[in-house]
Amino acid sequence: MSPISRGFRRRHTVPDGAADRVPPGQYVTDGFPVLSAGPTPHTPLEEWTFSVRRGSATLKSWTWQEFQELPAETVTVDIHCVTRWSKLDTEWRGVSVDTLLDQAGHDAGYIMEFSDGGYTTNLPLADVTGGKAWVAFSYAGAPLEPEHGGPARMLVPHLYFWKSAKWVRGLELMDEDRPGFWETYGYNMYGDPWKEQRYQGD
Amino acid sequence: MEGTAVPRRLTWDVATVTAVTRETPSVRTIGLDVPSWPGHRAGQHLDVRLTAEDGYSAERSYSIASAADDPVAITVERLDDGEVSPYLTEELRTGDQLEIRGPVGGYFVWEAADGGPLLLVGGGSGIVPLRAIVRQREHSGSDVPVRLLYSARTASELIYRDELDRRQDGVEIIYTLTREQPAGWTGYTRRVDRALLAETAWPAGKNPLAFACGPTSFVETVAEGLVALGYEPGRIKTERFGGTGGR
Repeated sequence: MSPISRGFRRRHTVPDGAADRVPPGQYVTDGFPVLSAGPTPHTPLEEWTFSVRRGSATLKSWTWQEFQELPAETVTVDIHCVTRWSKLDTEWRGVSVDTLLDQAGHDAGYIMEFSDGGYTTNLPLADVTGGKAWVAFSYAGAPLEPEHGGPARMLVPHLYFWKSAKWVRGLELMDEDRPGFWETYGYNMYGDPWKEQRYQGD
Repeated sequence: MEGTAVPRRLTWDVATVTAVTRETPSVRTIGLDVPSWPGHRAGQHLDVRLTAEDGYSAERSYSIASAADDPVAITVERLDDGEVSPYLTEELRTGDQLEIRGPVGGYFVWEAADGGPLLLVGGGSGIVPLRAIVRQREHSGSDVPVRLLYSARTASELIYRDELDRRQDGVEIIYTLTREQPAGWTGYTRRVDRALLAETAWPAGKNPLAFACGPTSFVETVAEGLVALGYEPGRIKTERFGGTGGR
């Protein structure tokens, strides 16, 4: 039984009609908070590549130019951060992970996203295929700002946003699940916001 | 960016407020008695859950203000548009109960074995986890040299001022007040930028370990400034907050 905090009451309201879009324990913000564990990397576009790897083998790699020539999609999605903010109707442009893996290969149970700066995050392959994930390079109609993960970041909106790695440089295909960066520090291996899977064991 | 797995499920526990201390007009330190607390490391945070009479509940994360062997304490700044922080800073009284779980986060932490020299850069209430680190160093008997650069708008907004002004061997405290300075102020008077970091931070050649905490733009400036000064990016740990409109 939770103790009652006398005098405490709800102050945040959910926008009209959006009640079923806000997962438990989240509040809606209009801002776009920034969270990251270290300095923002700045990789020049001429040095940027996106790679799909398996073990030590690179299955496929795209330069920035080649990446820009892939078919892109504009998607409008809600995003949910484990620090409890949610942001509704965010508009992104990016390349579907399906498009990338159709060229590189799908033979894996899990993937590890890897980024400039050493960040990694893990998830099942099934959570980035079937139209559920993108490598996004534009936000709200403008190139993605470095502090929000530019030049390109993952977008996996159905999971907590730490599963959408900033400054992403590729995907590693894996047979078995392994913890990424925050997962090693006690955050959930899967991170479903609708089940409030914030930390290990949730 | 390597870490050590701590396989443990975090459960909610009832904590009893042992003290509410006024740090500044908008900041309170809340001492908590948590019988089942598993211990924490300096720099970690914890989650607080408040439940209203109508059953509504809200959770927020707060940096732990205390060293590993201190009783658990958090320091909370009131945000006018916040939901939880106004209650914690204005309504909460000694003896009240609330729920917490933690500790959370294992990256923005320091233990004596991590060494130094330490550069701590705090903006506003970003001082909180850095204060835990300074206390941790003192309690563990570490002689790692520390420089703490602390930026606030005015002198009245400096948190832990008395504690920081107690001289401690090997700890240099450098203040900057960016909006208003009292008469006779001898500290800095400008915003933290690359030039101020160049004047105050350890030279990169000492291979310092840096922790920066504060609002996003502050931390972004500090981290980029330190990289430009030659700091190893993997030895710059950041914690950012602000602009969430919700604490």
